[in-house]
Amino acid sequence: MTADVWSTPERVALRALAREFTVREVVPYLDEWEAAGELPRSLHEKAAAAGLLGVAFPETAGGQGGNAIDSAILSEEMLYAGASSGLLASLFTHGIALPHIVGSGNAELIDRYAKPTLAGKLIGALAVTEPDAGSDVAGIRTRAVRDGDTYVVNGAKTFITSSTRADFVTTLVRTGDDPHHGLSLIVVDTDTPGFSVVRRLDKMGWLCSDTGELAYVDVRVPASQLVGAEGSAFAQVARNFASERLGLATHGYGVASRALDLTVEWVRNRTAFGKPLIGKQVVRHKLVEMKRAVEVSRVYAHHVIERHAAGEQLFAEAALAKNQCVAACEFVVNEAVQLHGGAGYMRGTEVERHYRDARILGIGGGATEVMNDLIAKALGW
Amino acid sequence: MNIVVCVKQVPDTWAEKKLSATDKTVDRESVDGVMNELDEYAVEEALRIKEASGGEVTVLTMGPDKSVETIRKALSMGADKAVHLVDAGLHGSDALATSYALAKALGTIEHDLVILGVESTDARMSVVPAMLAERLGAAQLTFARKVEVGDGTVKIERLTDTGYDVVEAPTPAVISVVEKINEPRYPSFKGIMAAKKKPLTTLTLADAGIEADKVGLGGSATTVADVAARPPKQAGQIVKDEGDGGTKLAEFLASQKFV
Repeated sequence: MTADVWSTPERVALRALAREFTVREVVPYLDEWEAAGELPRSLHEKAAAAGLLGVAFPETAGGQGGNAIDSAILSEEMLYAGASSGLLASLFTHGIALPHIVGSGNAELIDRYAKPTLAGKLIGALAVTEPDAGSDVAGIRTRAVRDGDTYVVNGAKTFITSSTRADFVTTLVRTGDDPHHGLSLIVVDTDTPGFSVVRRLDKMGWLCSDTGELAYVDVRVPASQLVGAEGSAFAQVARNFASERLGLATHGYGVASRALDLTVEWVRNRTAFGKPLIGKQVVRHKLVEMKRAVEVSRVYAHHVIERHAAGEQLFAEAALAKNQCVAACEFVVNEAVQLHGGAGYMRGTEVERHYRDARILGIGGGATEVMNDLIAKALGW
Repeated sequence: MNIVVCVKQVPDTWAEKKLSATDKTVDRESVDGVMNELDEYAVEEALRIKEASGGEVTVLTMGPDKSVETIRKALSMGADKAVHLVDAGLHGSDALATSYALAKALGTIEHDLVILGVESTDARMSVVPAMLAERLGAAQLTFARKVEVGDGTVKIERLTDTGYDVVEAPTPAVISVVEKINEPRYPSFKGIMAAKKKPLTTLTLADAGIEADKVGLGGSATTVADVAARPPKQAGQIVKDEGDGGTKLAEFLASQKFV
């Protein structure tokens, strides 16, 4: 493996496309979407037309046939160009809502959900977390009971990204009592009677990404909506852990890199005590520490993403990459706000938004502590 | 209708551009190259005509090896194939020599229409389309803000300072387009992946039947005699408003003959 896989002519072109799309279609409207609390559907359609929604999905499912490297290039370049992690989380929610459907090979579900979603016509969400169970997936209580050709679903889900706009929710349900082998995935259309968005949740950051609390009351879902075999959900969800964690690692170093760029520009232009802030050694040293955090994180994440794309099963490494990048991001956005001074604490300053947005990265997609536990276990400690 | 779109790789519009110290041509090595922005509109228009009435879109570019990046972008947007005229002997060609070389290369490609951007952002002469039409003996439909293709004819709205003229001509024709004409599409990721499988023909001077002494620095009708760097920006004058700010402003404008 060499760094060259990141700069093939196609990937250079993908990077240019990601940047152009972000500069033209995202940056001018981001504040408006943050205020509105959600992304417009038209953005999904535009991104689909540019082939950005299905970058890492197979062509048979309506995707573009790329892999995790293409996906990382798309995300990181969008962040470098001024998008936000909240925007990526919401625009690319299908990155967690569709893999199980596509992986199941169920042609009917692929035609009905994957293809139209990757074409920007449908919005999907993945509902795992419940009021009583988050990182502890085995604690899921939402129950689906088989009744003839249907399942009757009852339960509640919370903190579900894009769910207030979603057309369908890939829902993790309990179909049996075994903590792990009693879990199944089922696709619920949001217009099914009994399904409702209880409320839209107000968050600290990721404001342009809508988050919902969902209720399932005697929701009758055709059994044909089951993704994969009954009882196979834990394995399906676990199979996507690495790509989800690496995706968040990319958010981490991508946001950190952007926050550093913004800060360098700021301290070059900002004058204090008669000269630019960057003239002070204490400021330059701080920038260097930020640079070190960004580069080490990016290179390690790229290394793990390359191995993941090559088909290796990497539990500890993906979790290490996530924790490293999240820690780097938290450090960098904090220093970025600090070096921006009062302006850094003001709404409307980009680093202020990144500071708030970054806080979720160490909580979502497996909390930092859960990652550490997992790493220790994988290493036999 | 078969269409050839002529595209050019130019130094990034926003980059600081330099001239080479040795031969006073644009230094293309020290900055990133991008597709001339107006050419994106030309590619888009060609693709729209093709989507509406069939045919094939061929991209033609003249330039060093690096220009293949720009070819690839046009192919990613949806063009079918490409011809790259590349030869060290072309280096330094002026507009007249360029139009000669492009006309020769066009002789190797079957076409009904040739579409170009109205100018390139590096040289900004805006004469190549007209020269090309003359050399090809084709109708000249320049500064188009709208193109309508008929049966063996093509009609455009030519943007003028005061409005537009409607101009119609039989094919073959050479069209240059302005940026008002359309909104260029993004090269989709699918297009990017597909681009590498599309045919790309490379032509040398000999392949295109171009006489070497009619192109390049030596074959150009114009020579750059001398160049001077743009003078550095002067520091602005700061006027402190002590109740007479308006008067001082008016004095400044008067002294610069603005009022």
